[in-house]
Amino acid sequence: MRTIVQTLPGSASTDQSETGRTFAGAGVSPGRIIGSILLMPQAVREPAVGERLAAETSSEEASTALRTAAKAVQSNLTARSVGASGAGREVLEATALMANDPMLVKAAIKLITNGASPERAIWDAAASVAEMLHNLGGYMAERATDVLDVRGRIVAELRGVPAPGIPYSDTPFILIAEDLAPADTATLDPAKVIALVTSSGGPQSHTAIIARALGLPAVVAAVGVDALADGTRIFVDGAAGTILVDPGADEVALAKAWETAAAALAVFDGTGRLHDGHLVPLLSNVGGSKDAVKAAAAGAEGVGLLRTEFCFLERDTEPSIAEQVEAYRGVFDAFPGKKVVVRTLDAGADKPLPFLTDASEPNPALGVRGYRTDLTSPGVLKRQLEAIALAAEGTEAEVWVMAPMISTAEEAEHFAALCAAAGLATPGVMVEVPSAALTAASILEHVDFVSLGTNDLTQYAMAADRQLGPLAALNTPWQPAVLQLIRLTVNGSRDEGHDKPVGVCGEAAADPALAVVLVGLGVATLSMTARALSSVAAVLASVTLPEAQQLAKLALTAHSATDARRLVREKLPILNTLGL
Amino acid sequence: MSERTAVIASRVGLHARPAGIFVAAVGELPIEVTISMAGEPVDDAMDASSILSIMSLGASNGDTVVLRAEGDGADEALDSLVKILETDLDAE
Repeated sequence: MRTIVQTLPGSASTDQSETGRTFAGAGVSPGRIIGSILLMPQAVREPAVGERLAAETSSEEASTALRTAAKAVQSNLTARSVGASGAGREVLEATALMANDPMLVKAAIKLITNGASPERAIWDAAASVAEMLHNLGGYMAERATDVLDVRGRIVAELRGVPAPGIPYSDTPFILIAEDLAPADTATLDPAKVIALVTSSGGPQSHTAIIARALGLPAVVAAVGVDALADGTRIFVDGAAGTILVDPGADEVALAKAWETAAAALAVFDGTGRLHDGHLVPLLSNVGGSKDAVKAAAAGAEGVGLLRTEFCFLERDTEPSIAEQVEAYRGVFDAFPGKKVVVRTLDAGADKPLPFLTDASEPNPALGVRGYRTDLTSPGVLKRQLEAIALAAEGTEAEVWVMAPMISTAEEAEHFAALCAAAGLATPGVMVEVPSAALTAASILEHVDFVSLGTNDLTQYAMAADRQLGPLAALNTPWQPAVLQLIRLTVNGSRDEGHDKPVGVCGEAAADPALAVVLVGLGVATLSMTARALSSVAAVLASVTLPEAQQLAKLALTAHSATDARRLVREKLPILNTLGL
Repeated sequence: MSERTAVIASRVGLHARPAGIFVAAVGELPIEVTISMAGEPVDDAMDASSILSIMSLGASNGDTVVLRAEGDGADEALDSLVKILETDLDAE
């Protein structure tokens, strides 16, 4: 399916020497697309502490330079707000006003008069303002980030370098970055950004998650792509993980075919099943009621993972029971008569919640996170279960509850007792820690179901931080060791004897080829981002259960993750037809 | 010195969009306008053309604020600003 042509006739837009150059990374979100690239500028470096005004510059000149820069940033943001709509427009209008705010500019000029360089002056002045806003709490605290964003833009303007953040363009482009942070999602306009390529980051990085949620083709860990020049035309294959500079007729045809296939793939009829009729309920992962409504519209057969921490990110204090009830109720109401699996707060590591986690831990991924926060902040979990039970009252959703980061049967037993005390009938746990996979039978004596979180299971099984680009090859759920842990979890459920369901709610379930393997291993339900439902359903419908079991065996016994993926994909011709 | 009081009508208070609209209106005036919470000393009044000052004022729905200005056209200018503050800008 990959026809990467090594040499192609050059085009006027690209340096001849780059024509036909290829880059290989990890494909994390399928799709084939051709477009021009824009590079994400480097984050703005902090000016040296105490940086002084250059001897030949007067404080008047420096003040004028600062005023000019602030005005330029303001007019740039104002111009952008005109083209934006809704919440995005409001944010841009407000930040535009902040850029040239008299209070901010006056404070900076005072520092310049005292001898500071304009860069350092605006840096410190904005820091004081941000701190003041932060201390006011609530809505004001959230605006502190906007002040710091404006500061970065003014410093970039003073230095004559591109503004930080996602570049702005009137025409759609392929975004090239080192990696994306969660905050970048807010400013990523899917109407403008048509694909994502990063030089760093792994398959579980935020870039990958953002791309899948937005349905954008994406390749991560493509070393060297950030050396390409703005405006270079490239072909991106988000399934194969390849990039080709200055594509030719073959790639144009591939991109066209993908466009057609993507339109056909956009529909899921609401029942996941194999070719032989074996049912595999396809559920959705959601972060709140907005997601839930979208997932229900996309045909999801329920929610396999409600990430409750997403309802409360950036909160400094524990949400009240009433606030929690409201957040959960919105999700339950979107799925009457359907299953909704609520995961209790999974704070820690890359998702810190100030009221639960200690940011100073040396090893946050191995620290007090998920269920473990009940050790250090007792009561929060109990109150959350109470809120879930209250929210479940009077809704038609079938509410299940599970705890993240369970390592032992004892913990599962304790969690089940807490659920029973709150009146929650169906307790379960996540299997993310290898010890939980190995002791699944004992764990399932205490709870009614388990759900495999493949992202964390992979990082712990392979001892490879999921945020690290250089370890991307280790960090894939195609690793035979990870598949073995999934097999052992399913075996544990069989050994326990009550046919308790084993589901998957990690990113692995969203990979259509891997979904077939998971079903072949005996996984009962798959939960994924709503975007992936239709493609996973289409591929599952092309195989029978014995075929899926055969493919699972192939993957389990493969010598490497790459081999496992290749062997399975070769046996699934539909992937090629659909461009997945 | 002209002085007017206004009761904040926007449900979200003088934040976000309402604050932006107000600051933009002040910015278009040829005179300097200050704003403070009712009952606070004149010395603590803040520059009404600064979105950051307005935000740090923290005026909520139903709060009374005092606007002050000097010079030609100050009365008319303050009247127009009071009108803005006493409209629920968030409802539009």
